[in-house]
Amino acid sequence: MLTFLRRRILSSALPLLVVILGVFALARLTGNPASLYLPLNATEQMRADFTEKNGLDNPIWVQMAEYFGGVLRLDFGESLRTGESAAAMALRAFPATLQLAGTTMLLAVVLAVIVGSWAALKPNGIADRISSFISMAAASVPDFWLAIMGIWVFAITLGWLPTSGVGGLDAWVLPILTLLLRPFGVLVQIVRGAMVSSLSEPYIKLARSKGASEFRVVTRHALRNAAAPALTVAGDLAVGLVNGAVVVESIFGWPGIGKLMIDSILQRDFAVLQAAVLLTAISIFILNILIDLGYAGLDARVRPTGKPRKASKTGKATAAPAKERKLHVQTTP
Amino acid sequence: MSTHTQSVSTAREDLTENEVVLRVTGLDVDIRTPKGVLRAVNNVSFEARAGRTLALLGESGCGKSMTAKAVAGLLDPVADVTGGTVVLNGTDLAALSPKQRLKYAGPELGIVFQDALTALNPVYTVGTQLSEAFRIHQKLSAKAAKVKAIELMRHVGIPEPESRVDSFPHQFSGGMRQRILIAMAVALNPRLLIADEPTTALDVTVQAQIMKLLRDLRTESHLAVVLITHDLALVAEEADTVAVMYAGNVVETGPVREVFGSPKHPYTRGLLDSVPADVGRGADLNSIAGSPPELHRIPEGCVYQSRCPLVQDVCRAIRPALEAEGAGRTVACHFALTTANKELDHV
Repeated sequence: MLTFLRRRILSSALPLLVVILGVFALARLTGNPASLYLPLNATEQMRADFTEKNGLDNPIWVQMAEYFGGVLRLDFGESLRTGESAAAMALRAFPATLQLAGTTMLLAVVLAVIVGSWAALKPNGIADRISSFISMAAASVPDFWLAIMGIWVFAITLGWLPTSGVGGLDAWVLPILTLLLRPFGVLVQIVRGAMVSSLSEPYIKLARSKGASEFRVVTRHALRNAAAPALTVAGDLAVGLVNGAVVVESIFGWPGIGKLMIDSILQRDFAVLQAAVLLTAISIFILNILIDLGYAGLDARVRPTGKPRKASKTGKATAAPAKERKLHVQTTP
Repeated sequence: MSTHTQSVSTAREDLTENEVVLRVTGLDVDIRTPKGVLRAVNNVSFEARAGRTLALLGESGCGKSMTAKAVAGLLDPVADVTGGTVVLNGTDLAALSPKQRLKYAGPELGIVFQDALTALNPVYTVGTQLSEAFRIHQKLSAKAAKVKAIELMRHVGIPEPESRVDSFPHQFSGGMRQRILIAMAVALNPRLLIADEPTTALDVTVQAQIMKLLRDLRTESHLAVVLITHDLALVAEEADTVAVMYAGNVVETGPVREVFGSPKHPYTRGLLDSVPADVGRGADLNSIAGSPPELHRIPEGCVYQSRCPLVQDVCRAIRPALEAEGAGRTVACHFALTTANKELDHV
């Protein structure tokens, strides 16, 4: 298990490095922060001083080297805006995103398992058709449009919910609904497909032959086998939620990492942007490791045994099918 | 057979040898397909007796597996029992609702499936799967059920059951998996065991061991065994009585020795003639010309008319009923007596 973790962490290092370099370079394409932070009538001398003070006059590779030196000492720089530590700002915003994304995924998975299993019991039955229509619609609606329509209908016209902010529980409704629909729609399709195929496996007949009730057959025998593909896709969707969060957090004024990223891009607050992206990337790598551990928990055939693998994986792709994640298959002759 | 434990598979006191345990009468199974409703099993009757093995013999697609699934209540959703009775120890299973049937699945009737390699659930340990029957029907605790599971594993000849009980199916060989499936089927000491091609997926040497295990279990607990197979040699070795099926119909029944010794139905005759026995090297093997009719093209009269060397006009018009022909034998042929005595020409 430790070997497995060590290998995953090592194989994650290179993609992380690429992410840092990429963001570092791309952020600097947005222009010089001096024109944003200094008054319009600032002199050339003031601009030069600002640029020099923030180390922006050095060649980009020198800036990069300094930044990396800092990262190695866990110093991620300070915000140009507030002078506060960039790492602290990113860490402060992160829990809000985590709560929003976590609640959304939990709801999406629970609802999708119920609706998807229900649909799979009778393929092409009425329940299947209804759930297929709903899930296709849910998976296809653009989140920004839905967010704006939601605000218009429920907040402005009906006045039931707040337009934005983080007050009480009612403030959670629109952001969660907006983020929920796509993962829910996609997961229903996946769960349904996996359940249809697992319900037609011979072990289902075996369970029935032992007198297992329909409920037991579905929950114990079919769902457990259908969980692996659902977990793969759920992981991928959870990563996608971070993207969704950028849009949804901006629209609803949710003080999470997505909003922090957008704000720091708009204000050329490079250090904060880099810290936020790095934190997001690290959390995605952790998520991937958790998914792999999840597979092992679900199915003994993909349990890591500590033997070295030939192909190293970057850990970036989350949608690899369970088969490819097989680490070592034990067989007894 | 290894160590015998008291709590597992001892003879049922309510069973006497040779008593009729299962009587299937006039069983019909229809399959709903996009092409319409097809009759997969037609008017099938047979009986299974305690301590005896009945073989359902036929080619693939003849409805023998469908018959077994109908008896066990495990038909696919597209197939339905549309007629007949399945009386197990006085209860007509075909008349029960699926929910009522659950009570019988395990304690009264066990089934061993064909493909041991895929029939076990890959995500649970064999111990968990063996325990399930005790958990469902006897409401045992996980711990008590596991003790029973270990006893069962020992009973069917799995070495070191205490350590193997926590292994997963993929860690067992095909023969061991089949033993586990058999253990599950007999866990609650049923009256009837249906074995649906139990050795098809296994090596020949393992086949013999598995058949011995089934034989031992049958003898020690007066099980009535229904053996579904296409293997004539297996029937000759293992079964007491045989029901030969063709295109969803039973065409001949009787004691194996007599049916194989002097077959009365031209199909049974054809099957037995197809067994390569005294054929010289390079000579052609005997076979029955043609192939069985497809389910949606089953003819009016006798189901075997298109391949029968004795076919007459009456065979094309009227389907022969299964009628008694001598002691304990039945046959569905207009020319049953003729068949027995006449040399058939196989083209």
